[in-house]
Amino acid sequence: MNVSSSMFHEIDLDGAKDLYRKLVLARFFEEQAAVLYSQGHIYGFCHLYIGQEAVIAGLSHVKQPQDSVVTSYRDHAHMLALGVPPNVIMAELCGRTQGCSRGKGGSMHMYCKERNFYGGNGIVGAQVSIGAGLAFAHKYNDDGGVAFTFYGDGAANQGQVFEAFNMASLWKLPVVFVLENNHYALGTAENRAVSGSGLSTRGDSFGIPTIMVDGMDVFDVIKKSKNVIEKVRCGDGPVILHMDTYRYKGHSMSDPANYRSRDEVENIKKTRDPILNTKKILLSDFGVSTDDLTKIENETKVVVETAARFAIESSEPDSSDLEKDVIL
Amino acid sequence: MSKTTSFRLAIRDAIADEMRRDPRIFLIGEEVAQYQGAYKASQDLLKEFGHKRVIDTPIAEYGFAGIGVGAAFAGLRPIVEFMTFNFAMQAIDHIVNSAAKTLYMSGGSINCPIVFRGPNGAPRNVAAQHSQCFASWYAHCPGLKVVAPYTAIEANGLLKAAIRDDNPVVFLEHESLYGKNFEIPDNEILPMPLDRAIVVRGGADVTITAFSISVDQALSVADELQNKHGISAEVINLVSLRPIDKDTIIKSVKKTGRILNIEEGWLECGIGSEIISIVIEDAFDYLDCEPKRVATAGVPMPYSKNLEQLALPDTNQIVNLIKCMCRLN
Repeated sequence: MNVSSSMFHEIDLDGAKDLYRKLVLARFFEEQAAVLYSQGHIYGFCHLYIGQEAVIAGLSHVKQPQDSVVTSYRDHAHMLALGVPPNVIMAELCGRTQGCSRGKGGSMHMYCKERNFYGGNGIVGAQVSIGAGLAFAHKYNDDGGVAFTFYGDGAANQGQVFEAFNMASLWKLPVVFVLENNHYALGTAENRAVSGSGLSTRGDSFGIPTIMVDGMDVFDVIKKSKNVIEKVRCGDGPVILHMDTYRYKGHSMSDPANYRSRDEVENIKKTRDPILNTKKILLSDFGVSTDDLTKIENETKVVVETAARFAIESSEPDSSDLEKDVIL
Repeated sequence: MSKTTSFRLAIRDAIADEMRRDPRIFLIGEEVAQYQGAYKASQDLLKEFGHKRVIDTPIAEYGFAGIGVGAAFAGLRPIVEFMTFNFAMQAIDHIVNSAAKTLYMSGGSINCPIVFRGPNGAPRNVAAQHSQCFASWYAHCPGLKVVAPYTAIEANGLLKAAIRDDNPVVFLEHESLYGKNFEIPDNEILPMPLDRAIVVRGGADVTITAFSISVDQALSVADELQNKHGISAEVINLVSLRPIDKDTIIKSVKKTGRILNIEEGWLECGIGSEIISIVIEDAFDYLDCEPKRVATAGVPMPYSKNLEQLALPDTNQIVNLIKCMCRLN
């Protein structure tokens, strides 16, 4: 862990516990989703976030209420971190009418206007232009907000990402591009898809600074992003937060991930796991007790089990819903 | 009706009127600001509203369409101009996947009040990649409203309504109409319904449906039929292509017993195919002869003048076709 002690001092005890709660909520929720998937309650495409939790846990810590967020189809944890109730997310994954999209969106298409969360997008890279548009609205309305725009290393190769970079920089839009680089676009390793000097220099020709972040370390996420985001907020133009992260599971539930070695995955789980490492720091540097952490874990298990029960017991959409909400 | 204005100015005036009314509205696209529109449909808007609300973009349709959608999700009301709808092919993902589907995908919680507008169809002499009608492409998609004005009054009134609508609206203009002058009323043009066809000429023997510049041709056909052959044609300007105003069409066919559609798009899966399906399903017993479609030939638009003319719907051929339908040949 490469964290300065001054970093810890900006996070108080409650803040530290809150971070841990966000990390384990994301992890436990996804593990529960995998169970429901195996039982057939969740179906279709379902992309788990396990391994990448530090990215959204850390950024939700620095996010302000007026900020907006948009991401890809790997979106469950983002909603959880923004405070959307786990019950309605799980119900949506199960296609239930109590879900946040009334069962019509599913895993990839979830939204929460109250929390300025604009999806959930199933078209790889499309959310990057949309995120620039959210930032355009922040600037237009002069509301002091920034748009957190998450995308993966796969999306980074989409043409419209460059278009969005260009306009965001040209117009100094308050957008924080968050590259969640988990190094595999489905089964294509980064080095098989990225030319030249790599993703870390993609912002250079647009005059967009790139900040390299350990996306497995929640404290590094907070430390590296906090001041940078405030500059974006003040009108300095966009930045790219390049999160070096890793997903433990396949691209989606149907991907056995045979394109990488078991050793590679196990080694990262052992050395860089965001939850284990955060736990160590909370115990050693914040004086949090093991009991405190166990309590958080147990409470979170209950939250997640409750969400699963809520989802399973929720009803399927009524047939009368089929043609609702096509047009206003 | 005591004065005239061009289609182009009618578009411009609608944008200006709406922008004065609602500060959330902005215009974004290639050459819309300093150049004042590739077709001068945004003349003087930059001067009045400034760079904040009239925004020149780089040539990046996919990107700026997505930026428009994001801004609309967040509550602004963008007017996205495509220099032509041919270029909107680069952006059709955001029009369909992002703008049209999100209301449904979000269970009704996120709407997208946005207008995608620009010239559509076949202007003359610009060949295949600049001469295509996309009406049926967009009319196919749930979540979109699709309109194509013919007169200046429609251009103005429909655009006002499109801008005020809380849904994404695809607004198909025609380059060859921009310079055409139409009579307009002295007083302000009010927003017009986006879902209603207009009977532009009453008739008893045959119904001709058309939209955009094809209405012009339909009226010429009707004139000739009346003057030279004594056939009374009713001309319906479809105006809205999604939804299609079935009631107006059915009512007319029940009266005339015959229907023919003219369009600049291709025949297969075109607007005419839809019109005929509607008539077969809802007024089959009223038909006195088989319904007909006239469309552009099934080829990419050729450049050469004579071939282009051959490809486009031909007035004489349509007249002859209708004479056959009326058993006058």
